[in-house]
Amino acid sequence: MRLISTIFLCGLVLAATPLALAQSGGLHLPRAVEAGRAFSIQSAGSGKAVLYIVGLGQVLRRDLQLGETTLFAPGEINNAGHYLAVLVGESSTESSAFDVTAAQPATLSFLAKPSRLPIDLHDGISGVVYVFDPLQNLVLASTPVSLQLGVAGAEQTRTAITHNGVAWVRMNSAAKEGSVQFVARVGEAISTRVIQQVPGDPCHLRMSARPLGERLVVETEPVRDCSGNSLPDGTVVTFTESYEGSASTVDVPLKHGIAQTDMPAYSGAKISVATGVFIGNEIRWGKER
Amino acid sequence: MKRSLVIVCSLLAAIFTLGADQPSVRIEPADSVGPRPLEKQTEAAVIRDYLQAWGSLSDAFEQNRVDLLDRDFIGSAKEKLADTIRQQAKLGIYTRYRASAHDLQLVFYSPEGLSIQLIDTVEYDVQIVDGKNAQTAQHVRARYVAVLTPTEVRWKVRVFQAGAE
Repeated sequence: MRLISTIFLCGLVLAATPLALAQSGGLHLPRAVEAGRAFSIQSAGSGKAVLYIVGLGQVLRRDLQLGETTLFAPGEINNAGHYLAVLVGESSTESSAFDVTAAQPATLSFLAKPSRLPIDLHDGISGVVYVFDPLQNLVLASTPVSLQLGVAGAEQTRTAITHNGVAWVRMNSAAKEGSVQFVARVGEAISTRVIQQVPGDPCHLRMSARPLGERLVVETEPVRDCSGNSLPDGTVVTFTESYEGSASTVDVPLKHGIAQTDMPAYSGAKISVATGVFIGNEIRWGKER
Repeated sequence: MKRSLVIVCSLLAAIFTLGADQPSVRIEPADSVGPRPLEKQTEAAVIRDYLQAWGSLSDAFEQNRVDLLDRDFIGSAKEKLADTIRQQAKLGIYTRYRASAHDLQLVFYSPEGLSIQLIDTVEYDVQIVDGKNAQTAQHVRARYVAVLTPTEVRWKVRVFQAGAE
């Protein structure tokens, strides 16, 4: 009977031991820590133990005496993420989870597209901003991002709030050609992109012709879009001369907004001009046949 | 008869083991992802590549091999994971990550199509192996934010970060 009681009591003690150790070896740590900041973990109990800090962003190991406070200096845990603190004692293991959160916004990853587009295009420009802290952690807390496109006095400004670290906007291209700055700003963090706004489709294409010996000099007026912007130099203008059932074509790039060439001066020839799909005026040279 | 039973049992054990390695995956409807419309093929490719990335990181952390990250990670995500693996190797430890469930939600597809963001509420077990001492696996549930960008042949994880649920 005494033997059975002894065995029973021993069993109870053995069963209770891990629980007692777990209770005596409390692990106290903050639930959330800002990346790069100092923090401490307090253990309880006595004896030697190993503390592991384990996450996909970082791994640390510390030998310690239970009951002591373990300090983590500024800069020891820099990567935001979900971490486990696992305390392995001589006869028990405890664990607890904590989060390392991003610090304040410091850098922006700003993608503006396209870098070149026609003027006067509704929602033609998109801007996407990812917000990071100084340690390259994505700032997941909602953050207002100011986005400004254009020059002083004629700028468009929007404020977008980040969701899960990203904000985006769409903006219109301006009515006037030229380079403009597209600026994203969060506090002191600024990122700038340059957008080239080029004239739109041609809207005005008119040529004139004058004789030069046995040739005809044909020349356009400055070629402009519907907003009055000159089309960029290099835009190809096509002159076509039709005469007695045959046609000859000359492609000329715009130079200083004007295209010019010379063609045979056939009496009764028909000369037309076009750029892309836009057709300009037509000239009939000399007398009709 | 006894031999057949052994074979059947082995097959069942193999099937069970293989099945156990595959996490359950739940995908939230991607109807409201924007601003760029998300094609079904793109969605499938992103999810496939993201889940494969978890497999790669699991292998990389268990074998302390940075090179296993190359296929699926890029940029700061790759650098940070590689640094962690180097820390493990320096400490003489490795970690086993076994994902058991992914709850995926695609939340952002950038207008120009150059980045896609997803949220993964993932459940996994982590086991620390220090030298020859394997510690008890710890069960974790965490919310991961991942940003993937397209490369020549696949989507790669560029930002990979867990946050509070």
